[in-house]
Amino acid sequence: MGRPPEGWYNTSMKAGTKFALGAILIVGAVGYLMASGIKQTGQYFLTPSELAQRVSADPSFYDLGMKIGARVVPGTVEKETATQTLRFHITDGTVSYPVVFKGLPPDTFTDSVEVVVEGRLQKDGIIHATDVLAKCGSRYESVPKA
Amino acid sequence: MTLLGHLSLWLAFLVGLWGAITGFVGGAQRRADLQQSARHATFALCVALLVAVFSLEYAIFTHDFSVAYVAGRTSRNLPTFYLWSALYSGQEGSLLFWAAVLSIFGVIVQTLTSRRHRAYLPYVAAVTSLVATFFVTVMLFTANPFQRLPFTPLDGNGMNPQLQNPGMVFHPPMLYLGYISITIPFAFAIAALLTKKLDTDWLVAVRKWTIVSWLFLSVGLLIGMWWAYVELGWGGYWAWDPVENAALLPWLVLTAFLHSVMVQEKRGMLKKWNLALILGAFVLSIFGTFITRSGVIASVHSFTQSRVGYYFLVFLVLVTVGSAVLYATRLPLLEADAKLESMVSREASFLFNNLLFIGLAFSVLWGTLFPILSEAIRGTKITVGPPFFNQVNIPLGLALLLLTGIGPLIAWRRASTSNLQRQFAVPATTGVFVLLILLVAGMRDVGALLTFSIGGFVLATVSQEFARGARARHRQYNEPLPLALVNLLSRNRRRYGGYIVHVAMVLLFGAFAGMAFKTETQATLRPGETATLKGPDGHVYAFTHLGISQYNALNRQVTAALVDVTRDGKPLGRMRTEKRQHVDALGRPTFEPSTEVGIMSGLRVDLYIVLAGLVNGTEQAVFRFTINPLVWWVWFGGFVLVLGGLIVLWPGGAPLAIKGPRQAGYGVKLEPETVGRYDGMTVEQPDRRIDNV
Repeated sequence: MGRPPEGWYNTSMKAGTKFALGAILIVGAVGYLMASGIKQTGQYFLTPSELAQRVSADPSFYDLGMKIGARVVPGTVEKETATQTLRFHITDGTVSYPVVFKGLPPDTFTDSVEVVVEGRLQKDGIIHATDVLAKCGSRYESVPKA
Repeated sequence: MTLLGHLSLWLAFLVGLWGAITGFVGGAQRRADLQQSARHATFALCVALLVAVFSLEYAIFTHDFSVAYVAGRTSRNLPTFYLWSALYSGQEGSLLFWAAVLSIFGVIVQTLTSRRHRAYLPYVAAVTSLVATFFVTVMLFTANPFQRLPFTPLDGNGMNPQLQNPGMVFHPPMLYLGYISITIPFAFAIAALLTKKLDTDWLVAVRKWTIVSWLFLSVGLLIGMWWAYVELGWGGYWAWDPVENAALLPWLVLTAFLHSVMVQEKRGMLKKWNLALILGAFVLSIFGTFITRSGVIASVHSFTQSRVGYYFLVFLVLVTVGSAVLYATRLPLLEADAKLESMVSREASFLFNNLLFIGLAFSVLWGTLFPILSEAIRGTKITVGPPFFNQVNIPLGLALLLLTGIGPLIAWRRASTSNLQRQFAVPATTGVFVLLILLVAGMRDVGALLTFSIGGFVLATVSQEFARGARARHRQYNEPLPLALVNLLSRNRRRYGGYIVHVAMVLLFGAFAGMAFKTETQATLRPGETATLKGPDGHVYAFTHLGISQYNALNRQVTAALVDVTRDGKPLGRMRTEKRQHVDALGRPTFEPSTEVGIMSGLRVDLYIVLAGLVNGTEQAVFRFTINPLVWWVWFGGFVLVLGGLIVLWPGGAPLAIKGPRQAGYGVKLEPETVGRYDGMTVEQPDRRIDNV
C-alpha cells in the first residue's frame, strides 16, 4: 500500500465522510444563494387586472418593483425623441394603465405589440418603467435559437 | 419539388421507424440480419432527409412563395447570404434541419466507430433513428415545412431584420450541431445500459463525441454572445434570457462530464454519476428545445406559440422517464471499483468541481423555471432576472475558477504535504501578488478583485504545469525547451489542451468582471456638438456628431449618423451608427426600423454608440454612448477556448510509451507505459498498478 498518512488533513475521519461534509457545504451554499437570490430579486409578474386587484387590496403594491405583461393600446404611443421619453398605455383587455419610460425602447417596440414592462406603479396611477421588453407581433417569428 | 420533399419526409418517417424497431429487436435477439438492416436504415434515413432539405432550399432559392414557409420568411430582395439561413430561421425548417443533421451524425457514428465498440451500434442506430423520427413526426403532423398556401403571393414577408446579421448564418447551426450531437453520447449510454456492457468501454467510444458537442455548444454560445452584443436591444452579450440559459444548461452538464470522466478512467469511480450526466445532458437539450418552441416562458428568442410544444413535452417526459427507469434497473451493475481515499486528492477536487457545475446548472434551471413553478405552486407568477443569476452564479463561478487552479496541482488518490507545498508555492504567491497590486492600484470591487487574483493563481498553475512538463522533456530527451513545449502539447493533447481551455476561462471571467466598470451617457446633439464621457480606463472620450446621411441600400433605407471620436483630445477615428427601415421589392416598409450600433473595439475598452433617433426629422440626433471595458477579451477568450478544444479533439498524435516518470507534478509516480491509444487519442489507462509505488 501507499505511504502512511501524513498532515492535518489525514485525521481519523474517513475521506468519504469528509467529502460528504464538503458536499453538504456546497449544496447548502447553492441552496442558500438561490433562496436569498429569489427573496431579494424576485419580482411579481402580473397582468394589469391582477395589479389593479392587488393594489386595491394592499396599498403596499404601490411603488413595488414588478413586471407587468400586457398589450400596448394602439394609438397611445407618444415618443419624445429629444428627452428620450416614451409614453403609452397598456391593457389586458379589462384594465389599462399609462406607462412612462425614459430610455431606448427595443427595435421591436410598436403600438401593437405585447410588452413586458418592468417598473413601479406610483400613487399617481402611472407605471414608471425602468425597462420595456417587446415581444414580436404575430406577423413574423422572432429570433430562433435552438 | 415540395411534393418530393413531402414524400421524402414520409419515407424518412417509415425508414426511421424501421431502423428503430430493427435496431432494438436485432440488438436484443442478437440477429445479425436485423442489425444490418438497422444500420442500413440510418443511411436511408439520411438520404431521405437530405432530399427533403434540398427540396426546401430549392423552394427558398427559387422564391417559390406558394410554400407557406418560404413566403413567411424570405422575400425576393433578401440578400442571398441569408437565403440559406432561412432553412432554420423558422419553426418548421429548423425541425427539418435538426432531423437531417442528426441523421448525418447517425451515419458518421455507424461508419467511424471502431471495431471494439461495434456491439453498441445496433442500439445506437435505433436511438438515433427514433429521435430523428420524432422530429419527422412533428413535421408531418403539425409543422410541415412543405405546407402550401391556397394562393401564391407575389412576394414573401421577408426576414426579420434582426436576423439579417452574419450571426444568423453561424450561430443557430453551431448551437444546433451542439444540441444534436449530444444525441450520440446519449445513444451510446442507452446502448450500454441495454447491453449491460457498462465498463469504461462506452465512455471511450463517446468521449470524442462529448468534446464535439461541447465545442459546438461553446462556439454557438460565443457567436450568440457576439451577435447579442452587436444587436441593440438584446441586452449586451449575456442577459440570462431563458433560451440562453437553455443552451447553457447542457454545456454546464457536459463540462462537468468532461472532468468527471477522467475520474472513472483513472480510478473506476463515478460510473453512475457519469451515465447520469450524459442522460441529463440529452434531456436538457430536449428541454431547451421545448422551452424555445412552446412559448411557455417569455423570451426574446421564442418561436410563435404552437402545438409543437406539446409534442416536445410528451417526448421530454417519455425520454426522461424511459431513461430513468432503464438507469435504475442497471444501478447494481455500476458499482465503483475504488473508494475515495482522501479529501486532498485529484478525485476529490473533481467531485467538488462536478458538484459546483451541477449546482450552477440547477440554479440556472430553477431561475428559468421559477415563473412557472411559482405560478403552479403559489398561484402568483414571480420572475427572477439577471440580478438573481448574478447573485447566485458569480460566487459559484468563482469557486469553480479557484478549483481550476487547485485541481491540477493535487495528486491522484492522496496528496502529501510536500507535494502540496511544492505545487502551490508559486501559484498561490502569484494570486496574492495580483491581489495586492490591484488593491494598491485602487480597485475596490470585491467581485473583480477576486476574479483577477484567482485568475492570476490559475494562470500561474497552468504555466507551472507547462514549464515543469517542458523541463522534464528537456532533461530526459535533451530537447531544446521550445521543442519540448510543442512536443509536450502534441503528445498529451487532452491534458494540455484542457489547460489551454482553463486559460480561456480565466480570460472570459476577467472580461465578465470588467463589465462591472462600464460607463454610459445619453446625449442629444446637433451636428458639430460634442458629448464627453470618462472611461473606466481613466481616459476622457469625446464624441462629436458630424452629421446624418440618408440613402437606400439593397433592401433597406438607411439613416446613418457619423461620429468623430477622440481620447484625451487625440483623434481615434470615426464611428457610424444607423437606423434601418427595411422595405420590400416595391419599396414599402416591412418590419419596424432596426438599429445598427457602432462599435470601436480595443484591448482595454469598447466604444459602443447607438443612434436612438432624430429629433423631428432634423439632423439633431439622440445618442447613447457606452464604454464597455474588456469586451475584446471575451472574444479572444472564446478563440482560446476553441483552440484548446480543437487541440484536445485533434485526431492522431501520441506515439506510445513515454518512458520514465510521466510528468513532474504528480505526487504519485505512475508506472511507465501507462499511455495507450484508443481511437487515436491518448489516454492514461485506468491505473490499477498504482499501489506498487
